[in-house]
Amino acid sequence: MTKRILMKGNEVIAEAAIRAGCRYYFGYPITPQTEIMHYMALTMNKAGGTFVQAESEVAAINMVYGASAAGGRTMTSSSSPGISLKQEGFSYIAGAELPAVVVNIVRAGPGLGGILPAQGDYFQATKGGGHGDYRNIVIAPASIQELYEMTVEAFNLADEYRMLVMILGDGTLGQMMEPVLFRDEEPIVESTKEWALTGHKGRDHNTIQSIYINPDELEAKNNELQAKYRAIEVKETRFEALDTEDAEIVIVAFGTCSRICRNVIRQARDQGVKVGMIRPITLWPYPTEVLSELAKSDTLKAFLDVELNAGQMIEDVKLAVNGAKPVYFHGRTGGNLPSQKEILDLIMNIHKEVNQ
Amino acid sequence: MAIVFEKTKGLTDKPFHYCPGCTHGIIHRIIAEVLCEQDILENTIGVSSVGCTYNNYEYFACDMVQAAHGRAPAVATGVKRVHPGNTVFTYQGDGDLASIGMAEIVHAAARGENITVFFVNNAVYGMTSGQMAPTSLLGQVTTTSPFGRDSAVQGYPINVSEMLATLTGAKYIERVMISDFKNIQAAKRAVAKAFRVQKQGLGFSMVEFLSTCPTNWGKSPVESIDWLKQNMVPQYPIGVFKGKDLEV
Repeated sequence: MTKRILMKGNEVIAEAAIRAGCRYYFGYPITPQTEIMHYMALTMNKAGGTFVQAESEVAAINMVYGASAAGGRTMTSSSSPGISLKQEGFSYIAGAELPAVVVNIVRAGPGLGGILPAQGDYFQATKGGGHGDYRNIVIAPASIQELYEMTVEAFNLADEYRMLVMILGDGTLGQMMEPVLFRDEEPIVESTKEWALTGHKGRDHNTIQSIYINPDELEAKNNELQAKYRAIEVKETRFEALDTEDAEIVIVAFGTCSRICRNVIRQARDQGVKVGMIRPITLWPYPTEVLSELAKSDTLKAFLDVELNAGQMIEDVKLAVNGAKPVYFHGRTGGNLPSQKEILDLIMNIHKEVNQ
Repeated sequence: MAIVFEKTKGLTDKPFHYCPGCTHGIIHRIIAEVLCEQDILENTIGVSSVGCTYNNYEYFACDMVQAAHGRAPAVATGVKRVHPGNTVFTYQGDGDLASIGMAEIVHAAARGENITVFFVNNAVYGMTSGQMAPTSLLGQVTTTSPFGRDSAVQGYPINVSEMLATLTGAKYIERVMISDFKNIQAAKRAVAKAFRVQKQGLGFSMVEFLSTCPTNWGKSPVESIDWLKQNMVPQYPIGVFKGKDLEV
């Protein structure tokens, strides 16, 4: 297929998952991600897979746990309140080292909140959410084309590292339509999954669990997990750097928010203020190093962190910058998006302030 | 010398950790024996749950996965959807299945999920030291109903088998008791039938075992069996609640 197709973000995620070899999808309705379910209900059987509408998000993530333990490529999707319910399952998946892909089309919170786009689940996605010491790989696409490519990649990463990979989108990405160009063949990396439960004919029986009553065994397991996470930090950190070489002000923004900021860069430069942007693509592992390096630059005067929340990723930005430069923040909540103008005005003010 | 008796190959050599007089060991053994007798051990995938039997993945000599509290039927659903040709069972207690996992068990049955559930009802939370379960009897003293379960405060026991039997997707449901040789043999026949129902793809099957917990009941093993017969059976009558006429 070489023609661009106009498709809705949520449907692209579902199509990408099927193309990536996902054959077991378990979901529960919640706005604004429900089209993923609709698409799966329509197409999964034809693809030779299984779609189950679970009785709850809790059940859905545990079906994923079971399907993954059985060696299947599996996924669930939800939106913020539903993702909260799945956190128990995330922790078990991490403990049992099972591959799984989870999509969070974030809506505004807290509580039942609203159904409009937000990035208020950054903490939950990147810092835990469930109990215990664990990490999930968190990928933040910013376009429909990226939703497609990164969803496919998420399945490979999940299998490679035997862990949960989250696609962190938002209501805008899920609901909007953009052209998408599908590949003729997907870069699926097959893994053998000798650990999977298939019935033990011809081998010793396998067990999958996350419980270690002996403290030394549990600590050893934790050390193993941490070593895996450190390796991922080195190998899988992704970001996009835009016009940062000569920038006085570097914006840090991800997902939908980065698209608004991208336009502001040009407008600011037209007015003589050199602005660049770092767009984290993986939110965990976080592109700490590039921000630390930039913070050392003499040309760079300040960072501006822009998010669709009250200030969450800014903690990671500040850790990376480590006091070397001021870090400003602009955020909108409730499902509102910042306008280009409000970001541009802020940049002009920051520019004045840092050059005084 | 002729071998007259052997431990079933369906169990590993790991010694059980269960308390003296607890009937989990007997239930494990009859399930394992049936898996061997039906020659399905090698294609079976079991799901352990949370409670006293959290680690029975170490006892059953087949592929096993340990599930979060109450979620075993959802986990089994995931496993079975990937391997519809394999035998899949869950092993759950009354706190796990009838309290925190009530939604999962009801919906697995409603979907007619082709799995077998072994539900062990001893009217108490065992592992966490004797709290009131949804299946605790009226008047039963537990660590969280120290003056006896009072219906005005703590409501009434849940008869899970009867309730699930109302669902079309549930094809075979039987309650048995682990009290004496005759009843243990009947329990084994129920386990065998449940696995045959699954093998024939008929849908959801469940065996509920009335079981003892001498430690948390504060009774000797012998007293416990008597208590089970005198107190549990009137509330939880044994018998087939669904699929009595199923010929499998």
